Amino acid sequence: MIVEASSPTIRQHGSSRVMVPGMEHLLRPARHFLSDGSFSVQYPVGYTVFSPRLTLPLSRVMNSQACAFRLSTFHLYFLKSLSEDIRNTVGNVPMEWYQDYPHIGYDLEGKKIFKPIRNKDELDEFLDKMENPDYWRTVHDKMTSTDIRLTDEQISLVHRLQSGQFGDVNFNEYEPYIDFFSGETMIHPVTNRPQDKRSFIPSLIEKEKVSKMVHAIKMGWIKPRKPKESDLQFYDLWAKEDPNAILGRHKMHVPAPKMKLPGHEESYNPPPEYLLTEEERLAWEQQDPEDRKLSFLPQKFSCLRSVPAYSRFIHERFERCLDLYLCPRQRKMRVNVDPEDLIPKLPKPRDLQPFPTIQSLIYRGHSSLVRCISLSPSGQWLASGSDDCTVRLWEVSTGRCMKTVEVGGAVRSIVWNPNPAICLVAVLVLLNPYLADKLVYNATDQLIASYVEPEEERPQPVQWQVPEIEDSDKGFRLIITHPKSVKQVTWHSKGDYLASVLSDNSNMQVLIHQVSKRRSQNPFRKNKGLVQCVSFHPIRPYFFVASQRCVRVYNLIKQELMKKLMANCKWISSMAIHPGGDNVICGSYDSRLSWFDLDLSTKPYKVLRHHKKALRGVAFHKNYPLFASGSDDGSVIVCHGMVYNDLLQNPLIVPVKVLKGHTLTHNLGVLDVAFHPTQPWVFSSGADATIRLFT
Amino acid sequence: MGGQQQKKYERGSATNYITRNKARKKLSLSLADFRRLCILKGIYPHEPKHKKKVNKGSTAPRTFYLLKDIRFLLHEPIVGKFREYKIFVRKLRKAYGKGEWAGVQRLRENKPSYKLDHVVKERYPTFIDAIRDMDDALSMCFLFSTFARTGKCHVQTIQLCRRLCVEWMNYVIASRSLRKVFLSIKGIYYQADVLGQLVTWLVPYQFAHNHPTDVDYRVMATFTEFYTTLLGFINFRLYHSINLAYPPKVKHGPDVHSTDMCVVSPHFYSQKLSALSATLSRVISAPEDEDAELDHFPAEGEDAEALQVREKQQKGLDAQKRLFEGLKFFLSREVPREPLAFVIRCFGGQVSWDQSLCMGSTYNATDETITHQVVDRPNVDKKYINRYYVQPQWVFDCVNGKMLLPVEDYFPGVTLPPHLSPFMEEKDGDYVPPEKLKLMALQRGEKPGEIKFVLLIQRSTSAVSVMVTPGKVKAENKMRLEYEEKAEEKHLAIMMMKKKEKYLYDKIMFGKRRTVREANKLAAKRKAHDETLKANKKKKGKKD
Repeated sequence: MIVEASSPTIRQHGSSRVMVPGMEHLLRPARHFLSDGSFSVQYPVGYTVFSPRLTLPLSRVMNSQACAFRLSTFHLYFLKSLSEDIRNTVGNVPMEWYQDYPHIGYDLEGKKIFKPIRNKDELDEFLDKMENPDYWRTVHDKMTSTDIRLTDEQISLVHRLQSGQFGDVNFNEYEPYIDFFSGETMIHPVTNRPQDKRSFIPSLIEKEKVSKMVHAIKMGWIKPRKPKESDLQFYDLWAKEDPNAILGRHKMHVPAPKMKLPGHEESYNPPPEYLLTEEERLAWEQQDPEDRKLSFLPQKFSCLRSVPAYSRFIHERFERCLDLYLCPRQRKMRVNVDPEDLIPKLPKPRDLQPFPTIQSLIYRGHSSLVRCISLSPSGQWLASGSDDCTVRLWEVSTGRCMKTVEVGGAVRSIVWNPNPAICLVAVLVLLNPYLADKLVYNATDQLIASYVEPEEERPQPVQWQVPEIEDSDKGFRLIITHPKSVKQVTWHSKGDYLASVLSDNSNMQVLIHQVSKRRSQNPFRKNKGLVQCVSFHPIRPYFFVASQRCVRVYNLIKQELMKKLMANCKWISSMAIHPGGDNVICGSYDSRLSWFDLDLSTKPYKVLRHHKKALRGVAFHKNYPLFASGSDDGSVIVCHGMVYNDLLQNPLIVPVKVLKGHTLTHNLGVLDVAFHPTQPWVFSSGADATIRLFT
Repeated sequence: MGGQQQKKYERGSATNYITRNKARKKLSLSLADFRRLCILKGIYPHEPKHKKKVNKGSTAPRTFYLLKDIRFLLHEPIVGKFREYKIFVRKLRKAYGKGEWAGVQRLRENKPSYKLDHVVKERYPTFIDAIRDMDDALSMCFLFSTFARTGKCHVQTIQLCRRLCVEWMNYVIASRSLRKVFLSIKGIYYQADVLGQLVTWLVPYQFAHNHPTDVDYRVMATFTEFYTTLLGFINFRLYHSINLAYPPKVKHGPDVHSTDMCVVSPHFYSQKLSALSATLSRVISAPEDEDAELDHFPAEGEDAEALQVREKQQKGLDAQKRLFEGLKFFLSREVPREPLAFVIRCFGGQVSWDQSLCMGSTYNATDETITHQVVDRPNVDKKYINRYYVQPQWVFDCVNGKMLLPVEDYFPGVTLPPHLSPFMEEKDGDYVPPEKLKLMALQRGEKPGEIKFVLLIQRSTSAVSVMVTPGKVKAENKMRLEYEEKAEEKHLAIMMMKKKEKYLYDKIMFGKRRTVREANKLAAKRKAHDETLKANKKKKGKKD
């Protein structure tokens, strides 16, 4: 066995495991005490402590630094074994286990070691401490429960060890170090081995490598190292700036929009009105972050010191970065229009006077909706028909109801004969209202009575009847009985012909009657849609038939279709012909009014959407350039509609007045409008059972 | 009739655009590199007018780039550098794997790098273009300069950003071009007028950042890479335009020992600069008062009135630039030093702080000539009689109000008046907070007391006394009638509008009405707030 002292390195054979000093006890060496008072240390199998240089006697191992750390634990055994040959063999067990026994262990021969007869108590200890001069050098050995007095040598050894010195006094720790592999060149080789050949022949591999490099340099594959570019160097980049040197791509360049500047609400100390209330805050929190108008919650801090860091700062900057390089850009032309410029410049209504401006009379008397009104050609009388099955005749200037005539059903349409020489009102019956000069109405009666029965009875679609005497006293002159209910009645301007519209789905929707000959005929052989209303041309022999979506113009002499006017609306409700005869207006239930210029086109010249609800009635004035429309929203709108004789000039249409007065009943407002034949006055009948005059 | 049939999507707008993926393939770059390139070159997607035509009939959502832009990228030298870098990374990885440390060393020494000078010049052909697009660059650099060394970006980037920001701030101080400052909850907004362009930037408050995880720092770093180059060149040019040395040099005052300054380290030097208290040295030492009287030439088509207005504006601007001249400020340690020092120095004030707070302080708190001490604590222990103690908001409000505001409202511990945004320019119809009205009155030279007096008189006359008076004939209000007539006329004219115009008109009017509604809401809120305040005061008074 070789024991190394100076180098505490322990190496395991066959491996490079290295131990550091102080690790030996982990290897649990077995100790063997030898007869000469020294002991050997044996490490587990495979471990040897070796030294390449020197071997020392075991007593020196004891004293070496390597073993000093263990000494404190077992020096007692060692000292003991030196002085006496008694040794407790129980091992390292707690001595409390032997408390109740007379002995304390067993010696080498297996005999009991007995405890001393009298144990020292604390008093003895104290006395001993006070009296015994050697107390300080006495050590109690628990194993044998004896007191050992240390000798001077032992004490000096303990002192030396405590102060970190070697145990052995004679050990020289500063012996000259033998440097094996010194830097000095020695004359003689360390080993006797002859030198390799390769050590003095130039290396072939190196030569190959060098030649490769040389080749690479020759071929220009290896280049000298580039001089390192210095750090950022700033200089006057725009020294030669050329404003015209804008690259071609910059034509399409859209510079990034700048960030929005902050408003008052972003302040750390905003005015109180910019802070959100509790409800607003809750609403803000519930909104999606994209929908929020403000991306942050306005907050108020009492001083600058208390303002915290904004937690979304980096986020916002990052989002801006994303916007800059990921957002598609597009030039958008913002409409920068003054809204006032959009409003068309129209002549002032004041310059277009006269037109009705104010409500001046209300005609009360009907008890239900007033469906229709009509004025006598002289403009003195007004006839109105209502759902209460009466026809009332009013004096226009006073508002007095002159006559009430009971008719058998609701009156849908009423028209005064336009011929001033005849005093007749067409309802479903022809009525002489007795409201005229006696001369006139007598003449009318004579006219009707002068009818001579034709010799040859022709089949007629309707029945003509002369009323009974009581009825004729009331004013009835002729009764034309239709097979279906009649929607509308209209007179020809001469006052002899009469057209009526039946609410029928067959081809017999429109009938034309001649009063003087008491003759009726059905002009259409085919049904072309539901006829809404019909009208005669004021001058020419034309006949206008309005179906749901279009107006057809027929020539009555040639008996052919002349024009088909497309109204561009869903359902025509009413129609009026300009007294000149070249312009037509149509009101429709989808709240439009279309103005047709027959010379211009079959499409509307102008579509007005000035009413908010369905139109019920439209009318032209006979002399003045005015037209009016009444609607379910309760208003009558009067427009200036000037038609020029010059064919090149288009009609001028200017709304001049909105007249309100009727109250809405059953969601119905104005049902019919009519103009006074001579004055710029307009009459309107409403669902509130009144007729109003606006002057 | 003969002729070949035209194929679809082979002419017109379909050929002007290219999808992102196709562009990437054309450039043979990875998506990350493509993005980097787009950021550096300022290429952005375009929104075609007819998306379906461009998308060859498909309606799938795609981003389109202009084909011209991509062609232009093909010739970019940076693209080559990107490829080189890719190869470099591959080689380096290989060398690491093989453990060839010498090879690693050699590769690292030859790491490919690129410069962005030509890109800056290309994107901003003239200097004014560059200044116009500075906002984002400044905000980004100021943000990066506040980052800690947490590995979110290179330390060199942070240092460079800090250096550029300090240079920029020193330029703004030297040229006195700061116009507006705003303390928002996000940070501090500054607006400077540089060569006639308004440059706005945002600086975060001095706090450590809580780095979010859902932010791609590589994108931000690429932007910063470009922005630092841009800012460096701009700074260079700006310094030279006002005769300052670049890189900036601190002017040695007569009181500073020049021997000390000779041996300063660069670090010390940069700190001295960033203290913002030193004057910069000029290339050619100019006389102190260099603002020569400029002759005014009326612009074409400008009459005398407009000229007067312009002159007045110029005068106001000059006065604003010298707002704090002659004032001596001292900053307490609890106020943010850098923004305040920056703002005060921009308007000609002298500023100092505690020596232990930062270097560069020029006088102590005990200096008797100090006129204002900026304090942000409720009470001050030791007070000097001959100086005002004000809260920091006073400085910023003075700058925005272009005049020295009365200090009474800003004493320590006092409830501060609201801090208004100087960027809001109220048009008629917008809501104007009463504080702004007050400020405007102050600017016009009216005293706030007068307004109150007028209000009081009104109140005393408005008291209604109960009395029975004989009835009077109601006179027709002509004005009202006229107004009504006009309104009706307008109403009738609107009826005659065309459908298209009516739609537009309705839209505009809707927007107008919304702004009015919002203004009314704010006014109502304010009124309610004031009333509750008054009620509370009354209650308190009664209790006492």
